[in-house]
Amino acid sequence: MEGLKNFFATKGGIIFVGLVIGVLAPVLQKLGNPPNMGICVACMERDIAGALGLHRASVVQYMRPEIIGFVLGAFLSALAFKEYRPRGGSAPFIRFILGIFAMIGALVFLGCPWRTLLRLAGGDGNAIFGLLGLIFGIWVGTRFLKAGYTLGRTQTSASKATGLAFPLLMLGFLILLLIDPQPEGEPKGMLLFYSIKGPGSQHAPLFISLGVAMLIGVLAQRSRFCTMGAFRDLLLFKQGHLFLGVAAFFLSAWITNIILGQFNPGFEKQPIAHTMQIWNFLGMTLAGLAFVLAGGCPGRQLFMSGEGDADAAIFASGMIVGAAIAHNFGLASSQAGIGPNGAIATIVGLIICVIIGLTMRRR
Amino acid sequence: MAEIVDARGLSCPEPVLLTLETIKKLGKGEIEILVDTDTSKENVSRAAQSMGWQILKIVEEEKGYKITIKKD
Repeated sequence: MEGLKNFFATKGGIIFVGLVIGVLAPVLQKLGNPPNMGICVACMERDIAGALGLHRASVVQYMRPEIIGFVLGAFLSALAFKEYRPRGGSAPFIRFILGIFAMIGALVFLGCPWRTLLRLAGGDGNAIFGLLGLIFGIWVGTRFLKAGYTLGRTQTSASKATGLAFPLLMLGFLILLLIDPQPEGEPKGMLLFYSIKGPGSQHAPLFISLGVAMLIGVLAQRSRFCTMGAFRDLLLFKQGHLFLGVAAFFLSAWITNIILGQFNPGFEKQPIAHTMQIWNFLGMTLAGLAFVLAGGCPGRQLFMSGEGDADAAIFASGMIVGAAIAHNFGLASSQAGIGPNGAIATIVGLIICVIIGLTMRRR
Repeated sequence: MAEIVDARGLSCPEPVLLTLETIKKLGKGEIEILVDTDTSKENVSRAAQSMGWQILKIVEEEKGYKITIKKD
């Protein structure tokens, strides 16, 4: 166990994890997940918000087992390696707000950092602008970190329940999904909402998605795989450890896409993407800044919530609520371009994140 | 007397940031860094080594780890 524990902290370990996730994501796409969306933490949390009826965008409603699997896999891994540690209380409401704006930014671009790289690996040139925006947002965040930005210390919780709540919520979602499957061709089960068409209707078989996601949950928990951290550490410390994992992820996704016939280079008519480049850039600038201020990309936040981190769980919950807000109030983009209120929401989000960055500081 | 950096409970990458600030301030000597997660333990150790500091010992404590680093 100890040898395995150390392996994932090495260069070889993080590269191995990146390679594995980079193969699995396009394979999930091949098995039914939406195009260039084998894995997208933001999109999949948005689909969960839809499945729960928090928004009623009919094309993006599905209780994605990938999100459930990420949290449960990380939870089991943390238990097995004695890293489960219930904790919380570091500026929870600020983290909730950051989660909301991270999601709004991601839905203006149409993807989290994982999907940014997967879109690029699938040939979607528009993702270049998203990636540049993400890097710029992270760079802005590192300026705040250098100036003493902090959300304060978390507290180790006296009660195990603090850290169990989010994994148990995910288990509850899984049970709901199992007992309330989609009736053939219907948009609603007993409780859950489903999509009949659009990305929400496209999914790999449930148990394959769940199994793959749990495996990724274990690997990412062990290796601390973080797409935002990769760029942040490079910009802040010139340390390339996490970046090696992300580079491996991109390269293996690209090669896998070529092998599976899923590489279609171009800018126009890319799947679940738009060509309004300024908003691709600014949407991900907002998301990237929010991820830095909250200490992890959306995937990493799920893995940390599996380790018992209630603050990460609050951020993930903020993202789910952010998805509901984005779809209820016309902030989310579509193939046609940004939503009617997407631009103003992005600007408001950037202003609020900058205020958070300037005001939350070490005394 | 070793300089002490208490990074317990802080989000990523603050433990590394505080460690590097102290490394920069001291230039050489001994620093004890207190962290409370395995992630921080790995990150701080990696950062210290990349700055040419030696990991003297890592002791598991009730609320995490005490990492002692040194440069002559």
